Amino acid sequence: MAEITLVEAVRAALAHALEEDPSVIILGEDVGVDGGVFRATEGLWQRFGRDRVRDTPLSEAAIAGMAVGLAAQRFRPVVEIQFQGFIHPALDQVANHAARLRNRTRGRLTCPMVLRAPYGGGVHAPEHHSESIEAIFAHIPGLRVVIPSSPGRAYGLLLSAIRDPDPVVFFEPKRLYRAQREEVALDGAGLPLDTAFTLREGRDVSVITWGAMTRECLEAAEALAGDGIEAEVVDMATLKPYDAATLLASVRRTGRCVIVHEAPRTGGFGGEIAARIAEEALDALVAPIRRVCPPDIIPPLPKLEAAYMPTAAEICAAVREVMAWG
Amino acid sequence: MHGGKEDGEVGIQPCGDREGSDRYGIPFSRFLTPDGALSDAAPGFASDRGELAALYAGMLRTRAFDAKAVALQRTGRLGTYASSLGQEGVSVGLASAMRAEDVLIPSFREHGAQLWRGTRMEELLLYWGGDERGSDFAGPREDFPVCVPVGTQYPHAVGVAMAFTLRGEARCAVVVGGDGSTSRGDFHEALNMAGVWALPVVFLINNNQWAISVPREAQTAAATLAQKAIGAGLPGEQVDGCDVIAVRDAMERALARGRAGGGATVIECITYRLSDHTTADDATRYRDDTQVSPHWAEEPVTRLREHLVQAHGWTRQEEEELRAETHAAVEAAAQAYLDIAPQPVASIADYLFETLPPDLKAARDRVAEGGNG
Ligand SMILES: Cc1ncc(C[n+]2csc(CCOP(=O)(O)OP(=O)(O)O)c2C)c(N)n1
Ligand SMILES: [Mg+2]
Repeated sequence: MAEITLVEAVRAALAHALEEDPSVIILGEDVGVDGGVFRATEGLWQRFGRDRVRDTPLSEAAIAGMAVGLAAQRFRPVVEIQFQGFIHPALDQVANHAARLRNRTRGRLTCPMVLRAPYGGGVHAPEHHSESIEAIFAHIPGLRVVIPSSPGRAYGLLLSAIRDPDPVVFFEPKRLYRAQREEVALDGAGLPLDTAFTLREGRDVSVITWGAMTRECLEAAEALAGDGIEAEVVDMATLKPYDAATLLASVRRTGRCVIVHEAPRTGGFGGEIAARIAEEALDALVAPIRRVCPPDIIPPLPKLEAAYMPTAAEICAAVREVMAWG
Repeated sequence: MHGGKEDGEVGIQPCGDREGSDRYGIPFSRFLTPDGALSDAAPGFASDRGELAALYAGMLRTRAFDAKAVALQRTGRLGTYASSLGQEGVSVGLASAMRAEDVLIPSFREHGAQLWRGTRMEELLLYWGGDERGSDFAGPREDFPVCVPVGTQYPHAVGVAMAFTLRGEARCAVVVGGDGSTSRGDFHEALNMAGVWALPVVFLINNNQWAISVPREAQTAAATLAQKAIGAGLPGEQVDGCDVIAVRDAMERALARGRAGGGATVIECITYRLSDHTTADDATRYRDDTQVSPHWAEEPVTRLREHLVQAHGWTRQEEEELRAETHAAVEAAAQAYLDIAPQPVASIADYLFETLPPDLKAARDRVAEGGNG
């Protein structure tokens, strides 16, 4: 057991994977001697050498594309894209190749790669450093989209992502990198992918979220409990393929649902969750589904950022609104 | 080992168009002239009758395969198909220089290279006929399937070559693309990365002078495509892509270099696309016969046959036997392809992941029952 932060958990998982499997290699910009701009790979280059931890040129499309080549050759590349805002050139390789290689060769060639990228706002970062574009990736068939929300889940989910035989994009909530310490058993145990985690149980309303927003949701649930409202907080963790069973069971129990994400509203992954509930659990709903998320605007620069990010107060307000029904 | 400049001998420009290419000292090689004469500087294998006959047979087969594929498409039995008519020298030249353990990362016009490396004709037809199983070919199991998003195949070669170097294997990755693909970022990023790490990659450009309707000169202001290597610190060279001997020779040198740890090479093969872009294209909309027909005088198959006849006494009987054999093989493959039953509908989701997630399993079952997922 160790008291560690989320970024330390990522590093511990990477170290464990490098140790246990010689086919694992880390690639990315500044991941070597510098240990990554967030220090997620600190010390790994020194410990495992340049053949396992490789600094690449500034070349997102080719980094992702070469990972496809390495994976087809039975390596397990774990790529770091420095910020999610710079992942777009890699999207072509992810969508057109990584996600399709197994299918288009009927399993002859496969693509066991992981693409890690820090995502999200609230850290007063420069332009293009605060995006939350998980929904773009969740729309791609053949791809897993995983977002941890705590040190323990970062450790266990990243290990499972690396061990998974198919491509995974792993978006790390940079706002939580150092926000919290938690006891984590660094024993190499993975956590299941495609599985939602119920972070807090409650009978009145299901609050569905993932990543950094779990903090606001848990804070809101705590505040609501003071008023006798029991909110259940579900961390989806894997957005694709997602754990519909846990989601639907929770909503069936509570009859109310509030979805929280920091990505803009239209086309956000909350829309998929709302649609699924409408299709399969409408009869259980006693109130309209509510989404708490920013409007369809570009994440503002730091001075107005606070107005963009969903807050615990907004989540509480949305919950109270749905509690007024039924 | 370059064939040297033979500008004076080039009656018709493009396959030997040298204008402006000297600015960066890009070498050009051609050993076999369009009328079938072989230069003294030609590599050793070029005087071996058996070697030349094999190259000729490979090109003839490619052409026959193309013709059959187009005929199948025209009669509704194949999907959209990209013919390699006029570019058989590139496909066969590159593949004949490779070893079985090298990995080919093709574009979508290297049927001749895929066939040479052991992919079967019925497998290629299966793919172009609209069945994923065509890319699960039995032959070169590590070769990549056809790549449709233009230029995206280049970075794959970097990863494959890195895998070879990490394992200490003396193997090379060979990646092929068209003239149009060299305008894409993936091409430049891949060249750059292969340069930084001195990886065993051969970047082979089939400059057939057209990207659908866009001619070579509208694609880039660079005088040669090979000179794009220079910015990445790589050697680049041009060859006459209608000379299968020159293509194979350049490939052999580049592969030897790669295997010896010397890094990557860019080879631009100058050819001409004699066919439409694909069966879905009508090239008369953007080029006319007076532009195209001169290139028939330099196409690779006749060129090598001329040489075989002149220098090696290739007989009419040998020619007829080879043609009959090739025809029979192509017809048998086409029939074998047509006899393959379609995949069961229930297989549509089976290869997305190693293990089917529950949601997808449910969707697959609905589709298998005739629903829409
Ligand atoms: C990225 C991308 N853009 C556009 C297309 C449509 N397209 C298919 S082939 C082609 C032209 C390719 O030209 P070139 O690279 O010279 O190869 P060639 O077809 O001549 O062999 C285009 C525009 C595509 N498949 N991929
Ligand atoms: Mg072209």
